[in-house]
Amino acid sequence: MSATLLEVADLRVRLRTPRGPAEVVNGLSYTVGRGETVAVVGESGSGKSVSVLALLGLLPARLATVTGSARLDGEDLLTMSPERLRQVRGPGVGMVFQDPMTSLNPVLTIGRQLVEGIRAHGEVSKAAARERAAGLLAEVGLPDPRRALDRYPHELSGGMRQRVVIAIALANNPSLLIADEATTALDVTVQAQILDLVAGLQSEHGTGVIWITHDLGVVAGIADRVLVMYGGRCVEDGTVDDVLERPAHPYTRGLLGALPDLASSDDGELATVPGVPPAPTDLPPGCVFWPRCPVRSDPRCATEQPPLAVVGASDGALPHRAATWCEEGSPR
Amino acid sequence: MTDLPQGPTAHAAGAPAPEVPTSDVLVSARGLEVHFPIRSGGALRRTTGVLRAVDGVDLDIHRGETLGLVGESGCGKSTLGNALLRLVEPTGGTVTFDGTDVTALDRRAMRALRRRAGMVFQDPFASLDPRRTVRQTVSEPLEVHGLRSGRQERAERVAELLELVGLDPAVAERYPHEFSGGQRQRVGIARALAGEPDFLVCDEAIASLDVSVQAQVLNLLRRLQRRLGLTLLFISHDLSAVRHVSDRIAVMYLGRVVEVGPAAAVGSAPEMPYTQALLSAVPVPHPSLERARQRIVLRGDVPSPAAVPSGCRFRTRCPYAFEPCPDVDPALQPVGAPGQLAACHLHGVVGRPAGREDAAAG
Repeated sequence: MSATLLEVADLRVRLRTPRGPAEVVNGLSYTVGRGETVAVVGESGSGKSVSVLALLGLLPARLATVTGSARLDGEDLLTMSPERLRQVRGPGVGMVFQDPMTSLNPVLTIGRQLVEGIRAHGEVSKAAARERAAGLLAEVGLPDPRRALDRYPHELSGGMRQRVVIAIALANNPSLLIADEATTALDVTVQAQILDLVAGLQSEHGTGVIWITHDLGVVAGIADRVLVMYGGRCVEDGTVDDVLERPAHPYTRGLLGALPDLASSDDGELATVPGVPPAPTDLPPGCVFWPRCPVRSDPRCATEQPPLAVVGASDGALPHRAATWCEEGSPR
Repeated sequence: MTDLPQGPTAHAAGAPAPEVPTSDVLVSARGLEVHFPIRSGGALRRTTGVLRAVDGVDLDIHRGETLGLVGESGCGKSTLGNALLRLVEPTGGTVTFDGTDVTALDRRAMRALRRRAGMVFQDPFASLDPRRTVRQTVSEPLEVHGLRSGRQERAERVAELLELVGLDPAVAERYPHEFSGGQRQRVGIARALAGEPDFLVCDEAIASLDVSVQAQVLNLLRRLQRRLGLTLLFISHDLSAVRHVSDRIAVMYLGRVVEVGPAAAVGSAPEMPYTQALLSAVPVPHPSLERARQRIVLRGDVPSPAAVPSGCRFRTRCPYAFEPCPDVDPALQPVGAPGQLAACHLHGVVGRPAGREDAAAG
């Protein structure tokens, strides 16, 4: 596709919890190219958020053990010193989390928070930083950006706040943008504006994007590549067309089947995935999806974790892989 | 002006339409208003404005149907759901429940009527008391309404209700934290059904659940509705889910119902520009469709419900706004499919002239 920006290899995260050690991420490997959007999908508890927090050194060291490697422009984020990580993370990586109210400081003006981000990583005068801040707010489509600089987070609507958070994330033209359920709390019309905005910035600056979401509709619109997580593992990956149009893993099929379809008037029962995702403190032996799998049949299902293996022919440049023992799966 | 002329087509879109006469209206709102005073922060707390959360809603909910109510955050859809049950006091207009004017009832009569209306809330973690067992939570409505006298009888009813929502009656002595989100929502539904209601308001009932669990709860609601003959108001911002469960869909914008009609018509051939924009923004999980799609991106943000634009309230963001829009507040009028109504001058200028303060429809 394009030159590799981020290369994650065999990422594992184990957390200490009151209920014993939790294997939250179990051997995750993927790459993000320049200008590429990789969508990480999965339900709550699948390890998708923890996997990116681990990349950025944002998990409490006391509780988390992180192994593997994550090379951003060749430098391993997991082994670098905290100072170096700060230098790399600030200007190199932008982050947007789900709830904009918790990522903004309620007692500082929007302008102050933006200016702080801009000046922390570059030799910029205060006035120039303020100028740039106003420009950023205009870029993310905030009405009346100059006035917005002097406002406090509570004075803005949820959609406006999220746009401010995105402006902060983009302040230093990061080479990598990580968005964790960034538009989940927003209305669809605002979500559409923000997705457009990110796509525009991406084509302009060649930003690589990791978009974490459970919304497969959003994924269909923005992703080049999709990684489906379940029980801390990648259970399927490939191009967005391969994964969403020709899902190979029973879990991916279940997720897609469970979605009500806006385009169709078929209103029979929705397919469901019975049961609930496993707790990371209590992962099943064998295939991680086995206890909920509607098509389990192979004797290995209950005893052996299937490796990610190429399934079928892909029309993309990327292999389409799934971690399942079932050949071709069941008809869908 | 109203949403009355439905005729026998009202259920055209619903799959197996319940076997009831479709003209039979269970819940009806006319010119319904919920205005909140905006007070200044000072010691005098003077009223400095009015927030029009619900601002002249006309809506009929037919017996046995599921009416989906959609709209963006802040459009007043939750307040409308609450006002129909008088969980917030309407400041104007009327709500009729099975022929009774709810707005005129005293507290005691209201309590009796509430037994017939249940509510399922968004966050099953916040809406269940963490210190009460499932049995205590589900049997409370039975005690309040004096439905089952003996302890034994109540316990039996609780077991029955838990079975109805797909939970093992053996969980009755457990506490909410022992359940997953989907199971908690089932407990919430069991509680809402305890009084054997005719009418159930589901306010973002699946919003906090994972996709695979959402499907389980949606299926459960539909099954319960068919089995118990419930009338459902399904409030959600998830248009795909609403399209899936609803017989008819009502669209709200800035405190007003701006389009209503059979789910297939509103979902596939919306006539109000706002509905069109809203639907065009819903992403669908098909990459080829998503790439080909033309989004209608609306200008600006939703105006504040404290400063509702004159005339058509959508005109400030509408791509088709023309002369009459600032001057005439459009009324719902028949458009498109049978039973479909939209408040839009593109279908002919019908409505009341703007300029009068406090213009209430109805």
